[in-house]
Amino acid sequence: MSRPVLDVRDLRKTYGMGEATVHALAGLSLTVERGDYVAIMGSSGSGKSTLMNILGALDIPTSGSYHLDGVDVSKLGDRQLALARNRLIGFIFQAFNLIPRTSAVANVELPLAYAGVKPKERRRRAMASLEVVGLADRARHEPNQLSGGQQQRVAVARALVTEPALLLADEPTGNLDSHSTHDVLDVFDQLSASGRTIVLITHEPEVGDRTKRLVRLVDGRIVEDVRQSPINQPPVGLATGRHHSSAVWAGGRA
Amino acid sequence: MSLYEVIRFALRGLSANKLRSALTMLGILIGVAAVILLVAVGNGSAKAISDRIQALGTNTITVMSAGRGGSTDTSLTTDIADALVDPTLAPDVGSVSPVVSTSTTVTYGGNDESVNQFVGTTPQWFAASNTPVGQGSAFTADDLNQGRRVVVIGQTVATDLFPGVDPINKQVTVGGSLFTVVGVLAEKSSTGFQDANDTAIAPLTAVRQVLTGYGALNSILIEAKTPDKVDAVQSEVATILNQRMNVSATSSSSSSTPYRIQNASQLLQTQTDTANTFTTLLGAVAAISLLVGGIGITNIMLVTVTERTREIGIRKALGAPRRVILTQFLIEATLLSVIGGALGVAAALIGSSFEIVGVKPVIVPSSIGLALGVSIAIGLFFGGLPAGRAARLRPIDALRYE
Repeated sequence: MSRPVLDVRDLRKTYGMGEATVHALAGLSLTVERGDYVAIMGSSGSGKSTLMNILGALDIPTSGSYHLDGVDVSKLGDRQLALARNRLIGFIFQAFNLIPRTSAVANVELPLAYAGVKPKERRRRAMASLEVVGLADRARHEPNQLSGGQQQRVAVARALVTEPALLLADEPTGNLDSHSTHDVLDVFDQLSASGRTIVLITHEPEVGDRTKRLVRLVDGRIVEDVRQSPINQPPVGLATGRHHSSAVWAGGRA
Repeated sequence: MSLYEVIRFALRGLSANKLRSALTMLGILIGVAAVILLVAVGNGSAKAISDRIQALGTNTITVMSAGRGGSTDTSLTTDIADALVDPTLAPDVGSVSPVVSTSTTVTYGGNDESVNQFVGTTPQWFAASNTPVGQGSAFTADDLNQGRRVVVIGQTVATDLFPGVDPINKQVTVGGSLFTVVGVLAEKSSTGFQDANDTAIAPLTAVRQVLTGYGALNSILIEAKTPDKVDAVQSEVATILNQRMNVSATSSSSSSTPYRIQNASQLLQTQTDTANTFTTLLGAVAAISLLVGGIGITNIMLVTVTERTREIGIRKALGAPRRVILTQFLIEATLLSVIGGALGVAAALIGSSFEIVGVKPVIVPSSIGLALGVSIAIGLFFGGLPAGRAARLRPIDALRYE
């Protein structure tokens, strides 16, 4: 079997000192293989956002090891961390986090610019990436001219553009209506079908149901880890198909 | 990532907020322009003053009566003036010109001209006071001795009384007597509010006879043989005056003597000092405005960085190294201050070609360097500080920043 994309061991994160100490993560271990599509669910305060920030190399754990595509992230310096965020991880935020007053294509180009890709090549890859999320015709629009779902798809394109080993999405549909949720999840399903490794956080069961693997967190520990569909096959969501109403998947879940 | 790309990011950052960038630049522009221009005005006025005093001649001293009333003890007389020509007591005195002066009306044909400075003196006065005759000639010692009614008129008088006519050998009426114009003074640069060309010079004897009577002199102009003997002449003259006017040597401080000696080089020194103080004062006022401009940049950079902390977090999450973020904000701050400063220099250079409150500004090159340097340093320091802080934040803290 190939090397896992994601391998965390005994991850701990504590906030505060003394009496007020909060254990957001209490010795969590998780391995994600290449091509997997994992949903992490849990109530608020279960530590799922903390886990996501650590996986995205945005935050550092109090203790524990974190290997990303074979690289020990916890031993990286500031400069290598920036490199890892740029090359290995594509991060999708709940709040989209596009740079304001900057066109969609320029937003998608940004990670490539930091990677030192030449402008022409950058533009080509950014357009290709926007094509994947179906927004090539909105490339010139600024974030405030796009709907929430479109903004999130631009953010997905931005996360994809560097061909990262791992796509992380922190409640990607949390700020979206059901229609936009549908659009964004379709994109994820397609990406998974094309072999991308995706880890997302959600508290919406209909989102969790479409993934290949479902992990439940309670109080910073994994309490449930269910394989919903085989790793080497397209996700179940793709079978229900795009252009179906949300009522269809609500029925499927019941 | 190349520097060129970082500069493009910085430009995009600035143009994203055009009005704010423009206002910040305006602050720096005004600060820099004010420093350069005000120092130039101070410098220009200092130069104007020293030019004027130099035009008066620096190798002369002027003795004036300090008495306010008409007391004969304190008045200067021709006897005193004659006594100053003394090869033994005053070996360094070159010439002595007693001066009476009054204002009167000069008439020619139907034209009246009131002359502020109708001066009666001796022929040496022209050389001593640095007042050359442009056309015709000065009157002679013979004219003085004979009391001939001849007059040398200034440019203003000549153009007003004789429009389009050669004034030489014309007769003008002064105080009911006829004076023959023998010469016209060369054009003289004006000293402040008074028109230096609104004057007429006639022999002392004639002026006393016709206009002023035989009372006290207004002043005595004494020329030293060489400029570096001015101080010696001053003490020699003081000694003679003390003798003649019965001043005891012990109480010969300036407050108690019945005369006052004005030394042109001393005057020059004093005036230059005053002008320098003036320049410093103006410079200080301008420096404050530059400082305010700098605080403007600081404020804007703080606001910009704080407001964009989230953006910095996004950029870091996308893999921007700290150095790139820091460079971007430093370039933004530097561009603001450099462009603002350069525009300020341009504004000051344009402004200095105009006369400001009657003074022609003279740019001091070092003030340009100083003003520009300070504005750029402020921009770099206060732009770099908050940017450095933001770039050091962990991405998650920057992203959570509200």
